[in-house]
Amino acid sequence: MSDVLSAIAVELRDISKRFPGVIANHDVDLTVRRGTVHAIVGENGAGKSTLMKTLYGMHQPDTGSISINGNQLEMRSPSDAIDAGVGMVHQHFMLADNLTVLENIILGSEPAHRGVIDLRSARSRLNELMVSVGTELDLDTEVSELGVGERQRVEILKVLFRGAQILILDEPTAVLVPDEVDELFETLKRLVADGATVIFISHKLDEVLQVSDDITVMRQGTTVAQTTPAQIDRSGLAELMVGSELPSPAGRTSTISDAVRLDVRDLSVPGPEGRPAVESASFTVRAGEIVGVAGVEGNGQFELCTAIVGLRSSSGSVIVDGNDLTHANTRERHRAGLAYIPFDRQREGLMLNAPLWENTLLGREHEESLSKGPFIDGAAARSSAVTIIERFGVLTPNETVPAFALSGGNQQKLVVGRNLVTEPSVLIAAHPTRGIDVGAQAAVWDEIRQARDSGMAVLLVSADLEELIGLSDSLLVMFDGRITARLDPDSITPSELGTHMTGTHREVAS
Amino acid sequence: MTERERPGGLAGLLSRITTGSDATALRTSLTTVGSSLAAVLIALTISALLLAVTGKNPFDAYATIIETGASGNKLLEMLRRATPLIFSATAVAIGFKMLIFNIGVEGQYLFAALIAAEAGSRVSLPMVLHIPFILLVAMIAGAFWASIAGVLKVRKNVHEVISTIMLNYIALSVIQWMFDNFFRDDEIEGLNIKTTLLPESARMPDIVDGRLNGMFIVALATVAGFWVLVYRSRFGFRLRASGFNATAAETAGISARTMTIIAMVLSGAVAGMIAMSSVLGEAYAYGPNATPIGFGFAGITVALLGRNHPVGIVVAALLFGFLDSTSAELQLADVPNSIVKVMQSIIVLTVVIVNEATIRRLNERTAEQARAQLAGAAA
Repeated sequence: MSDVLSAIAVELRDISKRFPGVIANHDVDLTVRRGTVHAIVGENGAGKSTLMKTLYGMHQPDTGSISINGNQLEMRSPSDAIDAGVGMVHQHFMLADNLTVLENIILGSEPAHRGVIDLRSARSRLNELMVSVGTELDLDTEVSELGVGERQRVEILKVLFRGAQILILDEPTAVLVPDEVDELFETLKRLVADGATVIFISHKLDEVLQVSDDITVMRQGTTVAQTTPAQIDRSGLAELMVGSELPSPAGRTSTISDAVRLDVRDLSVPGPEGRPAVESASFTVRAGEIVGVAGVEGNGQFELCTAIVGLRSSSGSVIVDGNDLTHANTRERHRAGLAYIPFDRQREGLMLNAPLWENTLLGREHEESLSKGPFIDGAAARSSAVTIIERFGVLTPNETVPAFALSGGNQQKLVVGRNLVTEPSVLIAAHPTRGIDVGAQAAVWDEIRQARDSGMAVLLVSADLEELIGLSDSLLVMFDGRITARLDPDSITPSELGTHMTGTHREVAS
Repeated sequence: MTERERPGGLAGLLSRITTGSDATALRTSLTTVGSSLAAVLIALTISALLLAVTGKNPFDAYATIIETGASGNKLLEMLRRATPLIFSATAVAIGFKMLIFNIGVEGQYLFAALIAAEAGSRVSLPMVLHIPFILLVAMIAGAFWASIAGVLKVRKNVHEVISTIMLNYIALSVIQWMFDNFFRDDEIEGLNIKTTLLPESARMPDIVDGRLNGMFIVALATVAGFWVLVYRSRFGFRLRASGFNATAAETAGISARTMTIIAMVLSGAVAGMIAMSSVLGEAYAYGPNATPIGFGFAGITVALLGRNHPVGIVVAALLFGFLDSTSAELQLADVPNSIVKVMQSIIVLTVVIVNEATIRRLNERTAEQARAQLAGAAA
């Protein structure tokens, strides 16, 4: 059968996809050879998942073409993709817990005989499938009794049962323990040997080099390189992922004083399955200093920030301006001068249906200038909102429109403004310019610099290396919950930073 | 710097040009009122069709409603019937403000009625202290019963809808057990069993003799207090913030656990007063057949109709009180009085649907206008 088919299983040309205010993919080209494991690597936010959703018909690209087995197709929905032989195993499993393995697999494509589900033929087809991929599962077990690795195999069988010859696996190893990873790779190799094609999304470089035949690297929404494990090593791949076109840090005069404003000692945050999300993090931020935290997302940055502001239980201590806040709750920490620009402005920062002036009041409602006894001083709160809107250049008709009416960049400026206007002594800024346009980005940077110059201590978490290197006075690297390096942003090279961020450095050193 | 000043100056200019920044808020409330009125009209039309289908003349029925409703006595009856509805809708609305669904108002107010009536009959105090004492006991009892659901939610993550519904059943059994075994006045014979009658000093004075008692004033004061608390106080801001976006509120240092407990306690305290117009002003006791039931659930409907806003709650309670007050007359006019319940339900359904649609359109328009205004100013 494969003789008559094209040697190229998937070909994507000039794909671009925009979401309101964000370009998720642009100028993407991807060629996947039949019968290979093709890895797509890139940092979180590089556009891998968006691209795969395009290929699987979950949304339509704005431009570009998709060809499967040499035929150009339009994927209007996942069922079009399934008809074309493309199947997807999602990062988060989509199984019905209280159905059996068999029921889950046939769900949605039940083989029927005169309107009655033909379980017998389904069972025999599945047994054949399991033999061919070298896996064994009891088809009558309830899925709720299965472990993560087994659930994943159910998902893979489900896709194969629908006749998929091209499998997309979105970060399949993220949830697996090492043994299960080996098993998965074994399965993938068998599949490929039988003529299937596997597209494997990951940001774990070891695995990519181990299992794939071809590698495509994505960065900032586009494909930047195609290579093979034979042609490249870990650090080369890391550099491609992170990008080497880093700006030279802007010249600046140091405003760092000796006064330590934020002192974090031996901070640990428990994570799922007993492994700590943050392990023994210790660092200080001085007045007038910006300390950047670099790292691939999901290596403990979120847990670190939320633990510092008291939103998450942790061990170790947090000291702001000499006050031990280890046992203080979030509100007490705010009052002690700790401000927090959260990771996700809409989820953690804004009340979208409330007017802007109430949004700028959030977290500041205890301030004396904004209240009269137990009551809110509405006039003062509104005029404070107007001050923030003017000073931070929030584009809005007035302070009474609901927050959802603002663009993402203006929402972000509002959140930044709310946190800076109180003149906190310490600012935890998580992705302060994520997803906002260039002009707004410059404005936010200016404000953070000015606040730094006037003596604020800033802990800056960002995925944007330009931002990190351009703003920070010193850099910490987080990997796997630990602070693995302390670097000088003036002398760091991009590839060094890349190897640190992807955890390659430690092994190179040892 | 110049890059930053430009939008700053622009926004400043805009806020100066836009005279009356309350324009948005005003438009929102006008639209809400308008759409509610339209919904009531639609509901009346649907009810008229229903009447016509069942072979009654809708015009006669509506004429009866308006005629009887227009009399002074019927208007007093409307206020009397609205009183417990105002309390129960307010109790429900306090929870709704932070997206807590207190379905347990029914159990809370009946429990409070029994405890307060019994406590009131056991003390002797001058009137200025006796009535407030009973009200206070009622509020504490209601708050206690409601706080069980609050604690379960905070400690054990039990959803309040489940726990409050279950607690309603438990409350009914507990009340019956306590009444039968401890609080029943054995000297009262016959079917109308009650707790010991309250002394004169504990009886709520009437505003209009025999028609309306002072609890109506207390209800209005409570709803006014609700407005001040929710829309003007720091606590109210935190409550609403938790309702708008619980994660953002938590991030800003507002503890969802604390707010949940306080909201449930306040809700239960207000619920405690629902039966007080009966206990203090009509039956002068708690009794299984003397104390009105069902107001806890009716309050959910009234709060929904009034969109959890104090003014809306009063208007909705008056509307329901009015419809209730006409049901007897309708029966005399050979119209089944259940048509009133059907009308009430249709009104609520239409209001919810119409309001939902209006608010969505209003939101879209607001966002569009904000963009258009900015584009206009930039050009």
